[in-house]
Parts: sequence; structure tokens; C-alpha cells
Amino acid sequence: MKNDIILSGVGGQGILSIAAVIGLAAVANDLFLKQSEVHGMSQRGGDVQSHLRISDKPVWSDLIPYGKAELLISVEPMESLRYLPWLSKEGWLVTNSVPFINVPDYPPADEIIAEIKKIKNHIIIDADRIARESGSVRSGNMVILGAASPFIDITFESIAEAIRNLFGRKGEEIVEINLKALLAGREYSLAIRS
Amino acid sequence: MKKLLLLGDEAIAQAALDAGLSGMYAYPGTPSTEIMEYIQSSQDAADRKVHREWSSNEKTAMEAALGMSYAGKRAMVAMKHVGLNVAADGFINAAMTGVNGGLIVVSADDPSMHSSQNEQDSRFYARFATVPCFEPSDQQEAYEMIFDAFELSEKYKTPVLFRITTRLAHSRASVTLNDPLPENKLALPADPLQFVLLPAVSRKKYKNLLSSFESVKFDIRISKYNKFRDGRKRELGIIACGIAFNYLMENIGDNSDDYPVLKISAYPFSKGVIEDITSRCGEVLILEEGAPLVEESLRGILDNGIKIYGRLDGTVPRDGELNPAIVAKALGFPVSFGEKVPSLVKMRPPSFCKGCGHADLFSALNEAVNLYSPGRVFSDIGCYTLAALPPYSSIYSCVDMGASVTMAIGAADAGLNPSIAVIGDSTFTHSGMTGLLDAVIKKSSVTIIISDNYTTGMTGGQQSQATGRLRQICEGIGVIPEHVIEIVPLRKNHAYNVQVMQKEFEYQGVSVIIASRECIQTATKKKRTQASAE
Repeated sequence: MKNDIILSGVGGQGILSIAAVIGLAAVANDLFLKQSEVHGMSQRGGDVQSHLRISDKPVWSDLIPYGKAELLISVEPMESLRYLPWLSKEGWLVTNSVPFINVPDYPPADEIIAEIKKIKNHIIIDADRIARESGSVRSGNMVILGAASPFIDITFESIAEAIRNLFGRKGEEIVEINLKALLAGREYSLAIRS
Repeated sequence: MKKLLLLGDEAIAQAALDAGLSGMYAYPGTPSTEIMEYIQSSQDAADRKVHREWSSNEKTAMEAALGMSYAGKRAMVAMKHVGLNVAADGFINAAMTGVNGGLIVVSADDPSMHSSQNEQDSRFYARFATVPCFEPSDQQEAYEMIFDAFELSEKYKTPVLFRITTRLAHSRASVTLNDPLPENKLALPADPLQFVLLPAVSRKKYKNLLSSFESVKFDIRISKYNKFRDGRKRELGIIACGIAFNYLMENIGDNSDDYPVLKISAYPFSKGVIEDITSRCGEVLILEEGAPLVEESLRGILDNGIKIYGRLDGTVPRDGELNPAIVAKALGFPVSFGEKVPSLVKMRPPSFCKGCGHADLFSALNEAVNLYSPGRVFSDIGCYTLAALPPYSSIYSCVDMGASVTMAIGAADAGLNPSIAVIGDSTFTHSGMTGLLDAVIKKSSVTIIISDNYTTGMTGGQQSQATGRLRQICEGIGVIPEHVIEIVPLRKNHAYNVQVMQKEFEYQGVSVIIASRECIQTATKKKRTQASAE
């Protein structure tokens, strides 16, 4: 078993929380893991990415080779396109449809969606709306993770358990909101594929 | 056995704590910052009262760590690669004095310059100073090496350089921990002249340093990290240094028995280590993250030995960090890409946060300086360097910590008037204060604007030594109190701030404008912590 996952978004959108949840779940399942992230300048509204590799065998490179990622999870639609060279031809792209516009030349949203739809396996989800319905707009990242969860070779229950562990100290209410967001994302994704 | 999921930085910090660390010293700098932060948040470090406060700059950190070593205890100092330039005086002379308690100097290099102004390779500093250097390839190895580095440091009485790069610093993996060791007891050096580098003493010590450096390369703590493994092929052998080994294994993993491979992770290595590979193979590929240090020493000036492939002949790009694709290409393997990035994807450069005081400061500065020809604002290292980019395009320099002040002085010496510096609060106390003293003594006509956000912002909001002290410092250095002016960079104060700046630009002497407003990131974090505490 091997999952190479690229996570992308804009600084502050919570991609590192997604990485932390998958990472905790992987460790709980005795899998090998390497997760690389870029800090520093990128935190100031710039693009951020993380390479997450989980496997039942030791992982060598901290970086995923081009064309080898089975999954690209993006919290922002234009950012999902930036990492296409890493996505394998059979891989899945799971992205938020809601743009984060902080540059003057941001392309028209419909053109971005059209480019995403050219990718063979894709899921486009309005994570902000679903997160709001789940109780907090700040749990959009967990909606995306939920939508991506069918493509990760870790049980859904393990991922939910990792959320309980990660958010546990913030209180039961926060845990429940995030779990609800996770489940809503997953159901959306499963419904689209069936 | 206890296992933790740790960043490379955190693995180093945890290892140092487990190896009996008594003092951690650092100035924040990407990608090294998380080493100190991990120790600051460790309950174990708090219980043991391990020293773990930030220093004003890398030089003070280096020297304080040397002081702790003098007193017999294990100390570690961490910085980004360019920080080692600041600490170089202490570092190189620490090799001359030698150490008492173990001393590890961590330097985190940033090849490809993700958040740095150059990609200098710290391994050269180890060679320059004549000290051993470790270069771990992964988090577990980094953890284990720290124990060996402390032992080696104490056995040979030498500081040890611990070189990592961004990828390892900021990549997480599972790390298995050792049993913790006790801290050393306070014990002063046996030789009262050990730390006295008078020429007569130094000449003797330098001879000792050179001869001990010859024996260190055969020490098991070095040699065990330079592993040779034979393979079936005889045409090509591969030398991979540090993290380059991972990219190699990513590519040859399934067929790793094919190639003779030498992994180098500790310096200095012995000639025998290299001969293991050159005696078997007609050609050698050298993979190293950073500069071609091993490659240059193997080629020599004449370069008339065996055929060598590496960064110097273009097999591997001369600059930038390695990745699996670069190594695949060097091995002659095919590289497959996914889809191309569509042309509509735009750059998303970092920018000032919404509610950032620097932004309002530069709006005012741009208007105030508009009366004069462009090109007269020098700046420095920090979030405010983003003012070089549109829409502000306010600043004309960013060189090294503190250089805004001194470059403004030099330009004023040349006749540029007004000559202006913009520097952050933490950068000012790091290396701007001494420049300000020069300006005061010389009565330079410069305006120094300190953009004070009460924190070291760019690296994530660490304590700033300047907070609450800037007026006192500037007056203490000798700036006339009427020309130490405090403003608040807010939209509503714009007109007033422009007026203050213009007045000071016209003043023919040293003036300092302290523009204070809390960093929006730390303010928000504080509010959140308070809210969750209630």
C-alpha cells in the first residue's frame, strides 16, 4: 500500500491540519510516513503545499516524484492546478470550488473550473457552503478531507479518530463540528462517484 | 520504545534534550526556528530548567553556548545558514579554544532559497573552521547523530557543526527515541589557558587542532555514518551526501543491489572511504545537496583522475535543491510528469496580511518620499521586505541583518540626502544598533524608521528583544531625544505620519522614527489564546 498525496492551498487555509489528521491516522495504523511542508515566506497569503507520503514500506524521499501522486487535495481551485505535474494520470484531484482572491490578475472562476474538469478524475466541492451548514465556515478543510477520504487507504473511522485526537483539547463542540464537516464531504464525494 | 512524529528540526531538539542538553541558544531563522520552539514547549525542558530563551542574534547565541560549554555542560546553538555568517567569529574561534561540555552548532541551509537571500553551503564553514560536520539524511538519523555529535565533541574537545537543509528541517516522520542521558555537572576547564587565545597560546592550540582533526576522521562516530555498500555494476559508482541519499534510493530502491553506493553523512571522511568506490568503479556520480564540496575535492584542480559526474559538469544543475526528478535524470532514468500547469494559473506571491502595520507605514512613506527622486530607501530582512514588491515598490535594498542602517549611512556619506532606512524591531536589536552608533558619532544625515510590531514576525512571532525598549536604546546610543519620534502606523494617522517623515527627512542629522503597531498575526493568536482560557 502506498498513497502519495499533494496538499495545496493558500497560507492560513488549514492544509497543515489536513496533513496532521492524515498523519495521525497513518501512525495509528502503523504505516510509514513522511510529510514535507514549506514554512516561512509562504505563510503571508502566498501559495502553500505539502507532500504527504504514507506507505506500508519505508518511505525514502520527502518529496513526491512528478507524476506519482495518487491524490491531490486542494483547499483552493487555482492552487489545485499549480501542482498538476505531480498528479499521476490515474490520480484523483479533490478541490474546493471557492476561490481565494488576493492577487489582482486572478483568472475568472469559470475558466479555472473548466481546466479542473479536463482532469480525468476530479471532485469539485463547495466546501465553504457545506462547512457553514455543518456549523462553522472554518471547517472547510475538513469537508475537503472528507471528500478526499474515499481515495485514502486508511479507514474512515481512523481518520475520524485522528480528528478526535487532534481537536480534542479544543473541546467537544469543535470536535463534533469537524466530524460533521468530514462526513458531509465524504457523502458528497461518494454520491458524485456513484 | 517511545515513538514520536517529528519534524527534522524537532527530532534534533528532542535528541539534544535526551542527550543531556543543559542550554539551547538561537535567533529565529527559517528553516531552523522550530528547534528552539520545540524545546521551549517541552515539559521535560521546563522541569529540568534547560536554558531556552532567544538571543539577540546568532553571535550572542553562539558565544553564550560556548560559555555553557566552558562550564562543562552540553549546549546547542541553532540558526539558519546566513546566521552562521553572523556567528562566524565565535564559531571559528571556538574551534581554536575547543570546548569543555559538548557543543553542537546547528546550521539550517536553504538551497533553492525558499525564504533566504542566498543558498550558501554550511559544510564549507566546517572545513574552514577545521571542525567535524554531520549531515543527516532523515529524521531518525538526525536524532541518533546528535548523541554521537555530543560524544565526539567532548572526546576531541571540538565544537561540531550539524548541517541540515530545508527539506529535512520541515519534513515530519516517525522517530524512535533512546533512553535519556543525565546532564553534565558544572565543571570548569582543567587548563586555565584553554579559552585564552593569546597568540602564543593560539599557535600551540592550532597545531593540536590540526592533528586532532586528522584522527577524528577515523573515529567510529564519524565512520559509521559513511557507509559503503557494494553493487553488481562496475561501470558507475554513486556517492550520495546527506538527504541526496533519499532521492537516490527513491530512484534505485527496487534495484539498489545494482549500484555500488557510498553514503556520506559525516565529515571529515578518510581517503579509504572514497577508495572503496573508486577502486571498484571506473566512473562516479556525486549527488550532494548544496554546493559541489565533495565533488570539488575529488576532482582537484587538475581533474585528471577517474571520470566524475556531478554539479560541475552539468549532470546535476549547478544551483538549487535536489529532487527525485533531478536525480533520476542524472542516473539516465526517464522522468514522467503529470499534466502541465495551465497557463491561466497566476503567481501568488506572499503579501502583507490584512491589518498589517507595515502596510500603512509604507503607504505613508511612499507619499512622504515622493518629493524626492526615487532610490533612497534602504531596507532589511523581515516581513517588511515585501514592500519591494508592487503595489508598494518602496524599498531598494535587502542584503543582510542590519544593513539598511549602515547602507543608508554610506549613501549619505556619498551625498544622498535624504537617505532613509526601514528596519524591523527585532532586526534592529539583532544588528542595527551598532550602525546607529556609527551614525550618531559621525553625525550622519539619515532617517532610520524602525517598523516595530513587537515581535519577530516573519519567522512566526517569536519574542523580540526590542519590545518596549526602542526609545531608551536610541536615546542611549545618543540620538537627540527630539529626533526620536514615535508614531502609530494606522490609516487614520496617515496625514500626520507623512508630515512627521517629511520633517525628519529635512533634518540634517540622525533621526529615528519608531512606528509601533502590534503584528496582526500575534495579536490574533493572543486573542484566541485568551478566549480559550476564559
